[in-house]
Amino acid sequence: MNFSELATQVLEILAALAAAPLFLGWVNQCRAWLQNRSAPSLWLPYRSIRKLFYKDAVLAQNASALFRIAPYIVFGAMTVAAAIIPSMGTRMALSPVADAIALVGLFATARMFIALAAMDIGTAFGSLGARREMMVGFLAEPALLIIIFLASLLSATTALPAISEYLATQPLALHPSLAFTAVAFTMVLLAENARIPIDNPATHLELTMIHEALLLEYSARHLALMEWAAALKLFNYACIGFALFVPWGVATGNGPLQILVSIPVLALKLALAGAGLALIETLSAKLRVFRAPEFLATAFLFAVLGLLVHLLLGA
Amino acid sequence: MTSISPLTACLALIALWGAIGLAGLLRPASLRFAGRALFLLGALCGLSLAGVAVWSLGMPTERLVLPLGLPDLPFHVRRDALTSVFLFLLGMASTGISIFAAGYFRKGTGASPGLLCLQYHLFLASMGFVLLADDAYGFMVAWETMALSSYFLVTTQHRVAEIRRAGFLYLLIAHLGAMAILLCFGVLQGGSWQFTFDAMRSAQLQPAWATIAFLLALFGFGAKAGLVPLHVWLPEAHPAAPSPVSALMSGVMLKMAVYGALRVTFDLLGEPVWWWGLVPLGIGLFTAFYGVVFAAVQTDMKRLLAYSSIENIGVAFVGVGLAVVFFGTGLKVLGALALVAALYHCLNHALMKSLLFLGTGAVLHATGERNLGKLGGLIHRMPWVAWLTLIGALAIAGLPPLNGFVSEWLLLQAFLFADDIPHSFINMLIPMSAALVVLSAALAGYVMVKFFGIIFLGTPREASLSQARDCGKLERLGLLWLACGCVALGLLPAQVIAHLNLVAEELLGTSLPSSTSSWWLLAPLPERQASYGPLVLLMAVAGVVALTFLCVRLFYHRRERRGPAWDCGFVRLDARMQDTAEGFGQPIRHIFQPFFRIERELPTPFDRAPRYRVTVSDRIWRALYEPIGSAVQWLADVCAFLQQGRIAIYLLYSFVTLIVLLAVML
Amino acid sequence: MGNTPIDMQLLNACAALLLLLSFAMLSQRRVVSLVNLLAMQGALLCIATLLLAWRTGNNHLYFSAALTLGLKVFLLPWLLHRLIRRLQVYWDTEPMLNIAGTMLVGLLIVVFAFGLAQPISALASTATRSAIGIAVAVILLAFLMMITRRKALSQVVGFLSMENGLFFGAMSATYGMPMVVELGVALDILVAMLVLGVFFFQIREQFDSLDLHHLERLREDK
Repeated sequence: MNFSELATQVLEILAALAAAPLFLGWVNQCRAWLQNRSAPSLWLPYRSIRKLFYKDAVLAQNASALFRIAPYIVFGAMTVAAAIIPSMGTRMALSPVADAIALVGLFATARMFIALAAMDIGTAFGSLGARREMMVGFLAEPALLIIIFLASLLSATTALPAISEYLATQPLALHPSLAFTAVAFTMVLLAENARIPIDNPATHLELTMIHEALLLEYSARHLALMEWAAALKLFNYACIGFALFVPWGVATGNGPLQILVSIPVLALKLALAGAGLALIETLSAKLRVFRAPEFLATAFLFAVLGLLVHLLLGA
Repeated sequence: MTSISPLTACLALIALWGAIGLAGLLRPASLRFAGRALFLLGALCGLSLAGVAVWSLGMPTERLVLPLGLPDLPFHVRRDALTSVFLFLLGMASTGISIFAAGYFRKGTGASPGLLCLQYHLFLASMGFVLLADDAYGFMVAWETMALSSYFLVTTQHRVAEIRRAGFLYLLIAHLGAMAILLCFGVLQGGSWQFTFDAMRSAQLQPAWATIAFLLALFGFGAKAGLVPLHVWLPEAHPAAPSPVSALMSGVMLKMAVYGALRVTFDLLGEPVWWWGLVPLGIGLFTAFYGVVFAAVQTDMKRLLAYSSIENIGVAFVGVGLAVVFFGTGLKVLGALALVAALYHCLNHALMKSLLFLGTGAVLHATGERNLGKLGGLIHRMPWVAWLTLIGALAIAGLPPLNGFVSEWLLLQAFLFADDIPHSFINMLIPMSAALVVLSAALAGYVMVKFFGIIFLGTPREASLSQARDCGKLERLGLLWLACGCVALGLLPAQVIAHLNLVAEELLGTSLPSSTSSWWLLAPLPERQASYGPLVLLMAVAGVVALTFLCVRLFYHRRERRGPAWDCGFVRLDARMQDTAEGFGQPIRHIFQPFFRIERELPTPFDRAPRYRVTVSDRIWRALYEPIGSAVQWLADVCAFLQQGRIAIYLLYSFVTLIVLLAVML
Repeated sequence: MGNTPIDMQLLNACAALLLLLSFAMLSQRRVVSLVNLLAMQGALLCIATLLLAWRTGNNHLYFSAALTLGLKVFLLPWLLHRLIRRLQVYWDTEPMLNIAGTMLVGLLIVVFAFGLAQPISALASTATRSAIGIAVAVILLAFLMMITRRKALSQVVGFLSMENGLFFGAMSATYGMPMVVELGVALDILVAMLVLGVFFFQIREQFDSLDLHHLERLREDK
C-alpha cells in the first residue's frame, strides 16, 4: 500500500460521495425532458439531503436501536462498496479487500439491514416493503452471479479491478456473450435500484412501492443518509457496469495524469448511462409485483445464454 | 507430561463426559447438581477438547488399540487431521451449548434432570467416539449410541403424542441409515473379513463394488444428515427436542454424517472416481434449494431452523461432491479448495445454527410460544438474546464479514473454475448450478429476515409478550460464546484455512498454495488474484460509520421527538396488521408453487367470523413415504397370515425350518 | 478472443442472435409477434449466408441467401400474416408448462445441444464449425416450442423455425447444401405451407377453432 494508491482511494470515495446525488439529479432531469415536463434542478438531490439534515428527527415510539443504526450501516456499506469498485483507477488501496462476490455480499448486507429496519416499527407497509425487497434481492442475485462468472471466465479472476484492466486492454471485438450479459446487468440494475419497471422511484402509491415503503418511517438525518445511500447504490451499480462492459478510459496506473484523464471519461460515461436509464424508464411501464420474477428470470436467461455462448463460441 | 499424547487426552476427555453423565444419576432429582454443576463441568470438558484438537491438528496420525470391547474385537482408535477438525467442532459447539443448557433446564413434566444429564453427556461422548473409531465395530457401536441417546433426548417430553411420533420417525430413518452404513462396511472389507479401517484402506475393491460402497455410504450418512428425500425426520425431531438438544443435533450431529461421508470417500475408498461426485453434488444442490424454500414458508420457529439446517447440510454436500469431481479429474488444488469450503461450512454451521436454536430456546422459555404468529417486538424485552441472535441470523444469511460468507465465497470460487473439467456437459452445467447455490444463499437471507424480523422486531402480537424477560447469565454466556465464534471464524479466515488445509493435505495429498500475502487477506488461489479481507472490510465499514456518526453529531442539532408511527398517516395501527409468518412466506409460495402441497381455506365475503387458513406441506411425504408406508402395511398384513395363534402351527414352522436347513446343509 | 477477423465475429454474433430469437419465440404468446420473430430469424440467416458467401467465395451461397431472403423473410411471413388475419388467431397460451419452466428446460436443452455438437464440431473443417451447436439448439428449441403450443399456426411457425435451424446447421458444417437440395427444400416448404393453409381452413370449418386439442378426439376409441 503506497501513497498514490491511498490518494486514489480517498479521491475516489470522495468523488463517489459527491457525484452520486448529481447522477440521480441528472437521471431525473433527463426523464423530465423525455416526458415533456419542465426539469427539476440538477442540484435538487443535494438540496433535499441538506434540508433533511436540518430537520428535527421524528422517531416512532417503539423504534429500537436497530432502527437508528441501520442508516449508518447502509451508508457505510455503500461507501465502502464505492471504494472497491474501480470507477476511476484500478490501483487502489482497498481493492484486494473484496472481490466481485464480496461486493455482492456487501450489497446484500445493506439490503438485509434496510429490510430489518423496516420491520422494526411494526407497520403493515414496513413488513410489506421488507418482503418485496428481499424477494427482488433473491431473484436478482443468481443473475448477477452469472454475470460475474462470465466476466471472470474471460479474465480468470473475480477481482473487479483485474477484470476491468484485462477487458480494457483487449483489442476491440464483437462479443455476443458480453452483449447478452450487459442486457442482463441492465435489468438487474433496474431491479436492484428500485427503478421502473420493478418499482417507481417517483411514487408513493402504496400497493406497488418497494423502496419507499422501506423508508416510510424514517425522517430527517436518518432519511438523508438512506437517500444518499440509495443514490450511492445507483452510482455503484453504474460503475460496476462500466468496469465490466465499457472499461476503457479507466486509469490502470498510478500516475496523477492518468487519474486526471479518467475523471472526464467517467463523467461522460455517467452522463450517457443516466440518459439511457431515463430513456428505459420512460419507455417502459411499471410491472405488477408478481411479474418481477418473470422480469428477473429473463435477466437470468440472458446471463446464462451469454455464459453458454461464451463457452461454445469462445466469444 | 510428555507421555500424554493428544489421542489419549481426547479419550480421557470423552471418558470424562461419560463419567459426568453417570454422576448425574447420583442425585437425579436435583436440578442444581445434575442440571447446573454437571453441565458446567461438561462445558469445561468440551472446551478442553477443542483446545486439545487445535493442539493436535498439526501432529502426525496416532493409533491405539483399546483393551475394551469383545474378546476378539478390541476397539481401535485413531486420530488424524480430519478427526481433529471435527473434534474441534464438537468441542467448540458443545462448550457454548452446555453453558447455555446449565441455565436452561427447569423443573418440568419431562425426564428428570439426572436422566437428561446422562443422555446428554452420553450423546456428546458417543459423537466424540464416532470421530475416533478406527474399526467398523467401534464406529457402529458409537453411531448407534449416538442415535439412541439423541432419541431419548428428543422424546424428553414423552407424554406428548406428537413428540413420540417425531421420535419414532427419527429412530426409523436413523436405523435405515445405520443399516446402509453397516452394509457399506461389509462391502469395504473386500473379502478380507477384517473390519478395521486399516484393512479397508488396503483392500482392493472392484470398481463396481467401490461404487456400491460409495452409494451405500451416501445413503447411510445422507439419512443422518437429512439429504432430500431422507430429510423428513429433521423438521419433526428438531422442534420436538429441548432447544440445547436441537442445537446439538443440528449443529453437531449432522456434521458427524459429513465426517462419515468424507472418511469413507476419501480415506477408506482411496481413489474416488470423478463422476461419483456428481451424485452428492446434485443431491446437495437440490437439498439446499429445497430446504431453504421450505424454511421460508414455515410458521414454527424451530421447524424453520430445521429446514434451514437441511439447506446448510446440502451446501456442505455440494462442497464434498465438488471436491470428488475435481479430485477425480486431476484438478487437485481445486479439489482442496472445495473440500476446505465444505469443512469450513460445517464449522460455521455448527456455531451459527447452535446459536439460533439456543436463541429460540430462550424465546420459548420467556414466552412459551413457538409459533411465529404469536411473537414480535422482543428486541425491547430481551435485548441480549435479540442482538446475539442477530449475529447468528446475519451469519447464516451468508453476509460479510461474518463466517457464513467465507465458506460461501470459497465454494463459489471453486465453482467458478469448474470449466477446467475435461468433460463437456459437466463444465457447462456446473457453473450454471452455482446459480442454485447463490439462490439458496439469497433465499437464506429472506428466511432470516423473516425469522428475526417476526420474532424480535415490530410490535408484540400477543399481550402476554410484555411479560417476557431476558435470559439468565449462563444462557447469555452460552450465546455469547457461540456468537464470538461466528465473528472470529468470519474475521480470521486465513488462519482457519491454514488449519483446514492440513485435512486437504491428508485426504487429497494436495493443499492450497500457502498465501504469500498479508495475514488478514484470504487469497486461496494466488494466481487468480481473487482475495477477500473481512477484517479490513469490517474496519472500513466501521470507520465510515464512525466518521459519519461523528459528522452528524457535530453538525446536526440533535433535536428529536418520539411520536406514533407514521404509516402513511394511518392512525388505527395495531399489531395484527404486521406481516404474519404466512404473509411473509407468500411470495415464496407464489413463485415456487410446484414444490408445495398447499391447502387453503378461504372465507366467503359474507362470512361473519372469517377464518383464513393455509397449510403448506411437503410433497415428498405424500409421494414417497405414504406409498412405502402402505406397502409395508400390506406386506405385514400378508405375513399376518402366518400368525395363526395355535402353538402347534408355530412348532410346525420351526420343525419345517429345521428340516429344510438340515436338507440344505448336509 | 479478439484475434478473430471481423466477418467471423459478425457470423458468431448472428449465431448468438439466432439462439436468442429462438428463446424469444419460446416465450412469445402473441402469434403475430411469433411470425415477426420468424421473419427476423430468416433475415439473420440471410445475413449469415451472405457473410459466409463473401468469406468463402462460394457463389452458390449468394443464391441461397437470395432464396432465404425472398422465401423466409418476405413470402412465408406474408402468407402467415394473411392466414392470421383471415383465421383471427392472435393469442396462443401454453397449457403444458409456464414460461419460466419452459425457459429453464430450454436452457438445459441448449447445454445438451452444445455438449452434443462438440464432437461434431471437432470433425468439421469449416471456419464456422463452432456454430453447429447453436444450430442443433435452434432445432431442438423449435421442437420444444411446438410441444408447448396448442394452436396450429404456432406449430407451423415452430416447424419453419426448425427448418431454419437445419439450414443454419448445414451451412456451418459444410458451407451449405448442394443447390438442388436447397431448391427442393424451399419448394417443399412452400408447398407444405400452402397445403397447411388449406388444411387450417378445413380444421376451422370442422371444429370452429384452430385449437389442436380438438384433434385429440380423433383417436380410436378404446
